[in-house]
Amino acid sequence: MADELKDIVLKYVIAEYSEDGSDPITFDTPLISGGIVDSFSMVSLKRFLENTYKISIPDDQATPEAFDSVDKIAVLVRRFTKA
Amino acid sequence: MSNIGSYEDRLRNFSWSLAEQELEYVPGGTINIGWYCSDRICLKGQGEKTALLWEGLGGVEKKFTYNDIRRASNTIGAFLRGLGITDGERVCLFMDKAPELYIGVLGILKIGAIAQPLFSAFGDESLFVRLENAQTTAIMTQKKHAPKVRKILDKLPCLKRIIIIDHDGKAPLREREVAFSLEKAESVEHLDVFSTLAESPSLLHYTSGTTGQPKGVKHVHYSLIAQYLTAKWVLDIRPDDVYWCTADPGWVTGTSYGIIGPWSLGVTQCVLDSGFSAEAWYKFIQKNKVTNWYSAPTAIRSLMKAGEEIIKKHNVSSLRMLSSVGEPLNPEAVIWSEKVFGKAFLDTYFQTETGAIMITNFPGMKIKPGSMGKPFPGITGVVLDPQTYEPYPGSGKIGLIGLRPGWPSMMRAYWDNEETYRKKFKNGWYMTGDRASIDKEGYFWFVGRDDDIINTGGHLVSPFEVESALIEHPAVAESAVVSKPDPINMEVVKAFVALKAGFSPSAELDLEIMNFIRKKLSPLAMPQEIEFVGSLPKTRSGKIMRRILKAKEWGEEIGDTSTLEDD
Repeated sequence: MADELKDIVLKYVIAEYSEDGSDPITFDTPLISGGIVDSFSMVSLKRFLENTYKISIPDDQATPEAFDSVDKIAVLVRRFTKA
Repeated sequence: MSNIGSYEDRLRNFSWSLAEQELEYVPGGTINIGWYCSDRICLKGQGEKTALLWEGLGGVEKKFTYNDIRRASNTIGAFLRGLGITDGERVCLFMDKAPELYIGVLGILKIGAIAQPLFSAFGDESLFVRLENAQTTAIMTQKKHAPKVRKILDKLPCLKRIIIIDHDGKAPLREREVAFSLEKAESVEHLDVFSTLAESPSLLHYTSGTTGQPKGVKHVHYSLIAQYLTAKWVLDIRPDDVYWCTADPGWVTGTSYGIIGPWSLGVTQCVLDSGFSAEAWYKFIQKNKVTNWYSAPTAIRSLMKAGEEIIKKHNVSSLRMLSSVGEPLNPEAVIWSEKVFGKAFLDTYFQTETGAIMITNFPGMKIKPGSMGKPFPGITGVVLDPQTYEPYPGSGKIGLIGLRPGWPSMMRAYWDNEETYRKKFKNGWYMTGDRASIDKEGYFWFVGRDDDIINTGGHLVSPFEVESALIEHPAVAESAVVSKPDPINMEVVKAFVALKAGFSPSAELDLEIMNFIRKKLSPLAMPQEIEFVGSLPKTRSGKIMRRILKAKEWGEEIGDTSTLEDD
């Protein structure tokens, strides 16, 4: 489950935020602090996670730190899918 | 004692010639911002002083002295000349906050060309309209952003050269592309700096308009006079400061106070070229011992959200001076900064068109949290009656902020748009498009925009531009875009969308439309919320009534609906 989740998120992040010629994005690539996903674009990434996993992530938990890598996003999503 | 000393004394004795004399500029003579920000500092014996401390992704660091930026800007200028770029041509800088962006601006100015910095998160459509309007002939960019340029190249015959600053040879260069490496290029010790005069064009910044396409705001080299003096008196930049302006030079703050102000004063400045995180920012302050920090309310509110514990883990005691710009700074943020940093963020106000700070809180002045402060000496600022365009007598009335034209950094034109430029002036006043009141002590209090422009995170977004892009999505029949309140960004973009027959609202379509706008225009323009509606409120003549939708979002009175079309 966990690996599948990370694969899905990584695939989405690459499709939506990676640009040709950029360095490859992996599970632990810093997304927010690395400048790949900005704070405005985080909103659409959050929406993707909520749509895909039928969850609701409260704004106070959708922090730049929690979204800073696919690994960290997976931890966040699992917290809500288990609840 | 702050640089400005007594505000009242400065008001009484003010003349812009003060700055001219300090900069040793003789009216009628040559004035070139590129030279003033590098060569002049070296000639004053500060060549080995650090000009730029830069940190990029993964903690990569670079350091440049004033001699380094003098030579590097010479090198960029000579390279551009070698490509056939001459004075008056527009050279776009489309890149992240790389050293080449900051130094490149100086290089472009040194050859008399016009620097056109654009925010690197712009999508291809946003990039295209700005390059086409300016008839830009060259663009400096990074390989990660080059695909966006390639996508629109066929529609831009004027664009002669695409300069890739980090080409690694892994993929071949394409049509009109040329590689340039600042590190590998032969350093140019002497460059024949173009003899620009006070009214020679320097920078072209784009800003959003209520209707029509973005406007190119033309500035001239004489703007230096205002940018130098406001950086000195308002931001209180001192020779021993380590200064950090967090703005991107794709926007006016990033050039006026991220390049021209600090470097004309010969100060050490630092740049963090990575995304936002509270941890990374506090670490950066600690590591560089930042003393003077110019940031934005959105960032400050994000830091507030991150809490106080994280501050205690870092040593930020070096901070001496804090200022803010981009949107009104809420009183809570001022009070918070006093509590956690021991000093208040001083709010400053200006626009792309004004080129320099116009109304502001000054060091040493009594601060009224939430107030914009008072006009800079030499600036006549008033609140005008929206009917007569005469200044309101007395205090307390809400009207339009007007500024008496004539300060050095005032825009000289909207590029190729004389008609819109002329409309910015009424009854002898430059109309800012912002509403405010003035209290009995002369402090200005911001109320809001006088038009539909959305100020999100300190950046202006045109509803018209977003609506125009939305209807290019195959599912969208029509749309209306308004602002909605947001605790961090002050305002965000909200879109009301009516779908074409055969399409139904869904979470997937909602996300698809969001991403469509993000990529086409920019993340700033992406609607943070989309509301699918059956139809939009219109006048009987068919004009969409944004006003009604906006009032609902802000919980305000809807007002007159007599012209509303019947259902």
